[in-house]
Amino acid sequence: MEYEAVKSIVVVLLLVVSFAVFGLRVYQLLWVNLQRGRPGPPYGRWIERIKGLVVYVGGQLRLFRFLAPGIAHFFVFWGFVILILTILQAIIEGLVAFADPGFVIPVIGEFGPLALLQDLFAALVGIAVVYALYLRLVVNPPRYEGSHRAQAVMVLSFILTIVVSLLVINGIRIELGEDPLADWRPVASAVGAVLSGLSDPTLEVVEEAAYWIHLIVVLAFLTELPGGKHFHVVTSIPAVFLRNLDPPGRLPPAPEFNGDVGVNAVEQFRRRQLLDFYTCTECGRCQDVCPAYASGSPLSPKLLIMSLRDNLIQRGVALRDGQQNGAVLESELVGDVITEEILWACVTCSACDQECPLFIEHVTPIVDMRRHLVMEGRMDGMLQEAMANLGRYGNSFGQSERARAKWTKGLPEKIKDARREPVDYLWFTGDYAAYSATLASATKTTAEVFRRADLDFGLLYEAERNAGNDVRRVGEEGLFEMLAEDNAAALNACEFRSIVTTDPHTYNALKNEYPAEINGGRPVLHYSELLDQLIADGRLRLGRELGYRVTYHDPCYLGRYNGVYDAPRRVIEAAGCTLVEMPRHGDRAMCCGAGGGRIWMEEGDTQQRPAAMRVEEAAGLEGVEMLIVSCPKDLVMFEDAAKSGGYADRLAVKDLIELVAEAL
Amino acid sequence: MSQDIHVIVEHLRGQVADITYVAVAAARRLATGTGGGVAAVLLGHDGETLAGDLAADRVVYIDDPALADFNPEHYNVILADLIGGDPPRCVLFGDTSMGAEVAGVLSARLSMPLVSRCRSVDAANGRLRFISQICGGKILVEGDIPEPNALITMVPGGYKPEQGRGETAPEVTRTSVSPLGSGRVAFAGYQEPKAEDIDISTTPILVAIGRGIANEDNVELAEELAETLGGAVCASRPVVDQGWLPTTRMVGKSGKRVKPDVYLALGISGAPEHVEGMSDSDLTIAVNTDPEAPIFDVAQYGSEVDLLDLLPVLIERVRAAKGG
Amino acid sequence: MNIVVPVKLVPDLVEELEIDDGGTALDTTWLRFILNEVDEHALEQALLLKESLSGTVSVISLDGEGVDDVLFASSAKGVDRLIKLTGVDYGVNVNNHAMARFYATTVRILEPDLVLVGVQAHNDLDGSLGPLLAEYVGMPYVGYVSGIAPINGRCRVRKEYPGGLIAEMDVEMPAVLGVQAAESPPRYVAISRIRQAMKTAAVDEQAAPDLDTTGGPMVDSMFKPETAERATMITGDEDEVAGRIVDLLRELGKA
Ligand SMILES: Cc1cc2nc3c(=O)[nH]c(=O)nc-3n(C[C@H](O)[C@H](O)[C@H](O)COP(=O)(O)OP(=O)(O)OC[C@H]3O[C@@H](n4cnc5c(N)ncnc54)[C@H](O)[C@@H]3O)c2cc1C
Ligand code: SF4
Ligand code: SF4
Repeated sequence: MEYEAVKSIVVVLLLVVSFAVFGLRVYQLLWVNLQRGRPGPPYGRWIERIKGLVVYVGGQLRLFRFLAPGIAHFFVFWGFVILILTILQAIIEGLVAFADPGFVIPVIGEFGPLALLQDLFAALVGIAVVYALYLRLVVNPPRYEGSHRAQAVMVLSFILTIVVSLLVINGIRIELGEDPLADWRPVASAVGAVLSGLSDPTLEVVEEAAYWIHLIVVLAFLTELPGGKHFHVVTSIPAVFLRNLDPPGRLPPAPEFNGDVGVNAVEQFRRRQLLDFYTCTECGRCQDVCPAYASGSPLSPKLLIMSLRDNLIQRGVALRDGQQNGAVLESELVGDVITEEILWACVTCSACDQECPLFIEHVTPIVDMRRHLVMEGRMDGMLQEAMANLGRYGNSFGQSERARAKWTKGLPEKIKDARREPVDYLWFTGDYAAYSATLASATKTTAEVFRRADLDFGLLYEAERNAGNDVRRVGEEGLFEMLAEDNAAALNACEFRSIVTTDPHTYNALKNEYPAEINGGRPVLHYSELLDQLIADGRLRLGRELGYRVTYHDPCYLGRYNGVYDAPRRVIEAAGCTLVEMPRHGDRAMCCGAGGGRIWMEEGDTQQRPAAMRVEEAAGLEGVEMLIVSCPKDLVMFEDAAKSGGYADRLAVKDLIELVAEAL
Repeated sequence: MSQDIHVIVEHLRGQVADITYVAVAAARRLATGTGGGVAAVLLGHDGETLAGDLAADRVVYIDDPALADFNPEHYNVILADLIGGDPPRCVLFGDTSMGAEVAGVLSARLSMPLVSRCRSVDAANGRLRFISQICGGKILVEGDIPEPNALITMVPGGYKPEQGRGETAPEVTRTSVSPLGSGRVAFAGYQEPKAEDIDISTTPILVAIGRGIANEDNVELAEELAETLGGAVCASRPVVDQGWLPTTRMVGKSGKRVKPDVYLALGISGAPEHVEGMSDSDLTIAVNTDPEAPIFDVAQYGSEVDLLDLLPVLIERVRAAKGG
Repeated sequence: MNIVVPVKLVPDLVEELEIDDGGTALDTTWLRFILNEVDEHALEQALLLKESLSGTVSVISLDGEGVDDVLFASSAKGVDRLIKLTGVDYGVNVNNHAMARFYATTVRILEPDLVLVGVQAHNDLDGSLGPLLAEYVGMPYVGYVSGIAPINGRCRVRKEYPGGLIAEMDVEMPAVLGVQAAESPPRYVAISRIRQAMKTAAVDEQAAPDLDTTGGPMVDSMFKPETAERATMITGDEDEVAGRIVDLLRELGKA
């Protein structure tokens, strides 16, 4: 038989085998395994989703948050899109070799500008991959800790081989005078020139060898994709397309199975969440920004997702093989696969969710699994006590609800009772501002500032309950519902125009998680937003230029969750202070460590508490004398951290309201 | 019917409980009102001398090998026989692990009214009065001790044990028992508390921590303070229940009674069960964020600062003071 | 092993206590009734025994505000039978003698192997419930118990004495035991479980027999303790407080 005929047959065989392997794997992973998951709510909002594809897949927008690797990935991604045609060319060329060894895809294969683009991108991909290899092998940043390095290096080598072999093939063809588009392929021409010393027959042999290497590596890459870190090549498009478009501060409804809330088997996750697990590229960006990970806790959002993916795949295999038991099927998701310490370590700061280029959700699976722990009563003593107190008294302090407005004692005028008379602003104080003895003076100052602005405001007094934001994130869904119902009943009985609160957690729950009919479309404001408005309207005149050099900490539930970054900064400026940003600020701000119910839990073994790291960061800024916060819990956390870190004498921790009061 | 007052003597391993002296002090007071005498009732084995320093007029001593260690069933049977036969005006017990359960059973068995948690008693104009403390010491109640007979369980606070100590040994009438319990309850032995590290009942400086310490990590801070002061750490029940400190460090009703020179109570509310173990301290300084906490009724000095804020500063200050 | 846990609801001390106009009782307007803390332990101990030996746990309570919540929470924790004695309320003047008589009637019918009660409650004025109940139903009683191990019709209990000393006693069943602490802290039960129980669990309501409070004292006045001898308060921030404490210690030669 002639070589060309053999070539065609071998190409057919290779294609059949590799596509069969790929197809079967994909069928098992994406069809069978995903079917086991729980259907989610209907998707909808298609226009927005298409836009998302353009921006986040096409534009790769989130990748640039890590700039150099982002650029490298951008070129690899687009290189692949563009080089798909050359790969197609290679395959077809092999298939029809017996009939037409010099086959070129009509039109596309004869279009000069496209050839130029392909040629340039082949080179750019090559450079990007070399950089990526350098990053993996030489720099090896900590975010890769725990990722599959060998797999990454292998795939990078594959890609490098694919583009190099392509350039070699094209180069030789140019050298042999076989390429009518030679002028459009400068890089390949250069490669050809390098090889020009070889004799024609040798070149033909090298070209043929390069062809086989090219094709085999392409197909090997294909079979390597499913189930590993490179599966995102396939899954990222649907994952980004179908991502959760609700506000990040609104947790999806709690899953329920025969009355039990929460997830304790990987199949109990929503399908969309399962798709997430496959999509993780192990890039470690989430881990890099995770305060829990940084403080030495066993939680890494990346490893969490990877463990969930591995468990999903292993269980899929076990179930496919009809196993009834065995280690994989018997192990409990919560406890065995993902330990309790891991789950309780999360502060639900959402830094990971926001950093992930592929919109993989970490907080939702963590909360789903916590819900299971709560159902089983598996939580530490302090947390139990806090939940019991919240259930009984509506606050975590275990104090009577009648003591909620105790802080108002000693105010010159009694604050209106919003249950008795209509008010413009209903001030929802939140537990910390109301009950913490340390915060009483800051809370009084808030009342004073409101009064100075002639605000018509009132309180719910003992009818207010904890809004339940962190109760929900602890996983105590039933308690959250109970608190929300109580608050809804209280709010519904009052006449007001907007709600204002100093607590970002309360703010998030009221704004995003309470049923819309409670607020009835009335705005929920954080006090920083209200102060900003009052200053802009001239109702609050900040006469004094304070002249402090300050820095500002963005609370997670105000910034990342609700996008309020500018209002507090404008207020700081209006008070005549110079704002110096911390290295991590805005949507990159680091959590104080109190969120997600962590404030109620035992501390456990940590190397350094998030609050301590944060204060250190603030104290490291040249000439900054004040750390401004806009969350009552932050005041408590950071004051404590500043004292124990020994920064108390040069870094004051102040609430935004204190700054405003001073400037009045 | 006699106008005598009986006190049931509580003793554990050869030692009479402080509460018995308190009860004797109360009994003396009642006896002045009734005109009767005070009889100490002692059940034991080879323990005749135990009641020697009680300020009682006489001792009724019942001896049996089965009474070597406390067994509520024997007590119930013997005392029902003794009291039921010739009921005294009042019978006083400690409101304790021993007294409370015997008094309860006897009240039902003999249909005698029972007054518990009694802090002090009084006799005036022919009436016998009691004051009891309830609701964690937040409420006191007062009333007549029911007639013609009554059982009373005493809590510490109203009388000092010294008031129940006598100069001369009372006369002892020894009887041996006829009826005993039928064996529904059998004493099987003691489990010693874990090997003692420090004896807090003799330590002059105690740093006492309560639930306000919040978590185990903070216990170390308290240890550090105690070490700097040359004292020891002790605790209220919740801290011990959490396993943060051994049982030997518990102060109160079910823990130890301590009498240090200084008792620094951090994050302790001052429940009566705790207070009864530390009320004899010379100087008590209480730190509690709740201004209404009953511990401030016991302490000479108090502060409402957060103990977690205070501890690090206090450690530094004490270090500085010791160093300089 | 069938266990009955008769419970008692007591005023929550978190609320400020006020005395009513009659001057002999607490003002109930603002009172919140909660399960006696050690009753939680009795209940937990009962559930632990049920889980290790199988059997049933029944909870009995008088009527009153908060009782249903307690019963449903118990059901959510694994209690099999909920019994509510109607016609008597914790808010009115029920003393422990009366309560013991009520519970005795029900306990006799249930014929349990063990009755577990909290060893005491903070408002006991006529002794604690356990020994009274034990005597009315003719069972032995041991209190201050912090561990129960049943073997062959008897159980080995750990009885606590002051100073951490523990006596082990063998008690013939059926018996009433006054629990001081369960072998593990009372479990948390998720609100959704309680809400489920509200929908599914049945409360067996039984009319209470006539009230008979003989055996307890009459109260003719109730008052709050004098606060005259209250501590001298040290004001200021932690720095000032620490300074003052060090001064006090120094005066005693301790620092
Ligand atoms: C039969 C029986 C026997 C008992 N025996 C004993 C016994 O021997 N010993 C004993 O101690 N208890 C005993 N108890 C338990 C007793 O009734 C109380 O429950 C216990 O003493 C309460 O302990 P606490 O004061 O530490 O906790 P809590 O009553 O919960 O008080 C904690 C206090 O800390 C304060 N606080 C909280 N945070 C801070 C902070 N950051 N800074 C400052 N203050 C803070 C709070 O305001 C509160 O007042 C017994 C109970 C029973 C039923
Ligand atoms: S939410 Fe925050 S703490 Fe939790 S995993 Fe993500 S980054 Fe880490
Ligand atoms: S979850 Fe997202 S950010 Fe984290 S490693 Fe995976 S792909 Fe990267």
